[in-house]
Amino acid sequence: MKDKSGSIATRLEPRRSKSARLRKRLVESWPWYLMALIPIIYTIIFDYASMYGIVMAFQDYKASKGFFGSKFVAFKHFTRFFKFPGFEKMMVNTLRISLLSLSTFPCSIIFALFLDEIMQKKFKKTAQMITYMPHFMSEVIVCALVVMLLDTGIGPLAKIIEFFTGQKYDTMADPDAFPWVYVLSGLWKNLGWGSILYLSGLASVSSEEIEAARIDGASRFQTMWHIKLPAIVPSIAISLIMRFGNLFNVGFQKILLLQNDLTKDVSQVLGTYIYEIGLRGGQYSYAAAIGLVNNVMNLVIILIANRICKKLTSVGLV
Amino acid sequence: MNNTLTRKNSKLRRSLINWKSLPWNDKVFLSIVYAVIALITLAVIYPVYWTIIASFSDPYDVAAGEVSLLPSGFTMEAYELIFENKNIWRAYGNTILYTVAGTLWNLFLTLPLAYAWSRKRFFGRSILATFFIITMYFSGGMIPQFILMRNLGLINTRAVLIIGGGLSIHNTVLVRTYFEHNIPESLFDSARIDGASEFRVFTSIVLPLSTSIIATVTLYYAVGHWSDWYGAMIYTSDTAIQPLQLVLRGVLLKNEEIVGDAAGVMVDAARKAALATTMKFGVVFVSCLPMLVAYPFVQKHFVTGRMSGSVKG
Repeated sequence: MKDKSGSIATRLEPRRSKSARLRKRLVESWPWYLMALIPIIYTIIFDYASMYGIVMAFQDYKASKGFFGSKFVAFKHFTRFFKFPGFEKMMVNTLRISLLSLSTFPCSIIFALFLDEIMQKKFKKTAQMITYMPHFMSEVIVCALVVMLLDTGIGPLAKIIEFFTGQKYDTMADPDAFPWVYVLSGLWKNLGWGSILYLSGLASVSSEEIEAARIDGASRFQTMWHIKLPAIVPSIAISLIMRFGNLFNVGFQKILLLQNDLTKDVSQVLGTYIYEIGLRGGQYSYAAAIGLVNNVMNLVIILIANRICKKLTSVGLV
Repeated sequence: MNNTLTRKNSKLRRSLINWKSLPWNDKVFLSIVYAVIALITLAVIYPVYWTIIASFSDPYDVAAGEVSLLPSGFTMEAYELIFENKNIWRAYGNTILYTVAGTLWNLFLTLPLAYAWSRKRFFGRSILATFFIITMYFSGGMIPQFILMRNLGLINTRAVLIIGGGLSIHNTVLVRTYFEHNIPESLFDSARIDGASEFRVFTSIVLPLSTSIIATVTLYYAVGHWSDWYGAMIYTSDTAIQPLQLVLRGVLLKNEEIVGDAAGVMVDAARKAALATTMKFGVVFVSCLPMLVAYPFVQKHFVTGRMSGSVKG
């Protein structure tokens, strides 16, 4: 209760010695420490303790011996993994899926630009509401819908494919189709949601500028291309860099839902492999080592992306 | 301010349009725009529409692949069987429990932390920020996390699905940014002069003024709990405590038996197979129902969060 008028008092009082001011600020801060206390403890237990658990990647971890009693083996698991022929394949699979989904990056931008051209408010609102919705459907449901739509017996999509190619085609069993299924279902889920960022940028384009361009004889396409698009270039740049930051970070949980024995060859990525050999196979230390490789890779590329992003924004892109 | 600007913009823009007076190239362009938006919207809504009509249609017609655009016949049989399926209802109940309790736990951690984090005079604020932001970029990974949960004795408990993943730093930063920008500093000063403690300021001034951002993060957390199947798959094996999404994964993606024998409904094998298909559509619809019902009313909160997330910093 002593800190009642803390901040004002400190501002009004004359300068005092450093330690006195420090004490004052500590006293003032104690309710905030109390408020942050439980989240801090929680984070130490659930995040930092599991970071400590990474030591098992350098051990032959045995549950009975724990982190402290298990034998230290240095980089044994890492060298084993880098020599493993599947490693290269998994990296290729990751990049294939990642780059393919990067190629759908412009879709949300085009969608936002087009939505912004729509004059009928009701039509626009309906389109927005419907296309944002799948973002909130669970991945299990989305994958189930994909499988049902592509089912050769009942699926309308399978029927369309059959109509055009003249033969029944089981998409889910075709390894070549797997990255497409993954990426296009992701596009279905996130196209609308991804456009929100750009729409908010487009809303602040001045209509006087657009009107002036129109009077000068610019077509609607030209105003979109020369006035609206440049206005959202900063947001585009930032989202693109962030997407690159997640280059090795594919949604392995969704892959687990979609993959089957027939497509495993192209769908296996580090995440699914860790799950398979670690949690199902019980090779904890080896899987933890692979997990560490995966995490470090992601961390490095995200930090690079963040660095680039910061450079660009301070140089005046934003 | 931004809002009025937007409104003025759209009014001006509307006055610019008069279809007949448009030059031909604008007509072509606008036709393409409208067609593309309409097609995309239809493509997004179609799977949902298809799920609903198929779940009410005649099972034999659905199994024969004859239901694509219009329903065929009408029967509630699939839903009757779903209602009698105890596994699905138990899982549904579990999911509701995890969503409600888990979200409350999330808010209990997030809101006070976000408030403390937003106070500029908080001594050690930047250390605190670093401490939490590190966890956004780096984690122990799947296996150490699993071992940790096992060491804590949380495997196969309901607790792990409620308190695990309790703190999203992304959501916390969202709330913190809102507190920083939307609550005038003068309010704090006058509250302190009136002798209110920090806790009182938090509960009676800050929280009531922040209902929109609280609604937003509540929804984000709730959707996360509702959709979770992965955590449940890793940490639980006891079917009695598993949530809906995990059961759905079994039924929809692993082709596990769905038409129970204990249902007391005598059906022949062919009908059973056909019903299994329509029941799949039925469970998809039933599991999405709360979201579909609530969505039109709450979507603006989702969008708010997405927009304010873009100005963080």
